[in-house]
Amino acid sequence: MTASVVVTGLGVASPNGLGVKDYWSATLGGKNGIGRITRFDPSSYPARLAGEIPGFVAEDHLPSRILPQTDRVTRLALVATDWALKDAGADPAQMSEFDMGVITASAAGGFEFGQGELQSLWGRGSQYVSAYQSFAWFYAVNSGQISIRNGMKGPAGVVVSEGAGGLDAVAHARRQIRKGTSLIVTGAVDASICPWGWVAQLSTGKLSTSDEPARAYLPFDRDCRGYVPGEGGAILITEDADAARARGARSYGEIAGHGSTMDPRPGSGREPGLRKAIELALADAGADPGDIDVVFADGAGDPEPDRTEAEAITAVFGARAVPVTVPKTMTGRLYSGAAPLDLAAAFLAIRDGVIPPTVHVDPCPDHLLDLVLDQPRPAPVRSALVLARGSGGFNSAMVVRAAR
Amino acid sequence: MATKAFTLDDLKRILKEAAGVAEGVDLDGDILDTEFEVLGYESLALLEAGSLIERECGISLDEEAVNDAHTPRTFIDVVNMQLAPATAA
Repeated sequence: MTASVVVTGLGVASPNGLGVKDYWSATLGGKNGIGRITRFDPSSYPARLAGEIPGFVAEDHLPSRILPQTDRVTRLALVATDWALKDAGADPAQMSEFDMGVITASAAGGFEFGQGELQSLWGRGSQYVSAYQSFAWFYAVNSGQISIRNGMKGPAGVVVSEGAGGLDAVAHARRQIRKGTSLIVTGAVDASICPWGWVAQLSTGKLSTSDEPARAYLPFDRDCRGYVPGEGGAILITEDADAARARGARSYGEIAGHGSTMDPRPGSGREPGLRKAIELALADAGADPGDIDVVFADGAGDPEPDRTEAEAITAVFGARAVPVTVPKTMTGRLYSGAAPLDLAAAFLAIRDGVIPPTVHVDPCPDHLLDLVLDQPRPAPVRSALVLARGSGGFNSAMVVRAAR
Repeated sequence: MATKAFTLDDLKRILKEAAGVAEGVDLDGDILDTEFEVLGYESLALLEAGSLIERECGISLDEEAVNDAHTPRTFIDVVNMQLAPATAA
């Protein structure tokens, strides 16, 4: 029998809330974290809104030894990990170092750090480039720094599948736990709201150019106009259910099923892979569509992928047959950080019996979805499905379930 | 141009700027012969510190000698060794 894998700790860094408590009350209250960019002057760029995390002062949370070698994204990930471990009541110093691992996702790495070093290189010369540039920009840097800071020497790695990566990393964490590692730090944080990172994102042509924070990112709305990027994500402490029980840990619930697929070649006319990913995740969880109490949609915010997603949900569940929500309407799309944040929201929905709302959206009637709009909806939630897609054709679906 | 000798205070200042200070480490203690590893500085931190010293002092450090310097005392000696000919010239 395959081992059950549970989540025992959550650490959240979101544009509308720092820490689980702030994030969850903000999300249930419909608090918008999207606004005009403050980290640089966006006036000369075609897209000027983002979901920035306000009030994060790295010096308040991390020793000075870490700061010269880390990008903002890694500082956020390290602090979210500290919070998640504390939430899990897990003290790495008291655990066997080879029995703990770190598997996160990343879609960008440390762009702001890299931009600074490129500016030094071209502005002042190669001798001014930090030795830490060697790793501070890299996709795997969050996993590496979390592993070093917490003395975790078991399986480590990074999963890079853009927006789908956050679920794929958690799936890989579950795999490693089933192979025998007791605890894996997983999830993802992405953050690249700096001119260099912004230009890279603009090149996709998918960013919303609206200047209205409540009208810029409108998934499943007839007026959808692209997406607003955000920074942040969530770190999850995943553990073997028996090991967690043995140390007396409380569990938010189980990572019950996962499915991932690739889309066919664009223009092929074949069906996109999202429906299949959902079916694979349900089968992996041993769940029927009727067992799912809420779907956290990917919510691309563009007509074509919105239609694809609505059709996939409807194909599996039926028309308006399951509540669907997109809390990321309050944060923007956090790349690989988005799905772990949705997983956190799903576990909190299970805990509190309430579905967080989708805000700002006037749903297009063509989509046969029961969207949870504007207000949180009280409902018993035992199982939730989280969907995530990544640029390039990645689809991923994950079923989470209340602890048995 | 006269160059002053490179001191422990110089090294501490450079280390703080290049790599910060690890939790639980007191650079103001008696650290002259404490291994860098114990002080929380790995080879990359020392590479970055060396790079700062090179820029500040206008010298070029011998990479192998820097790699072999495991304590503040030996590191300071390596820097002063390079400063000496610069002073003489």
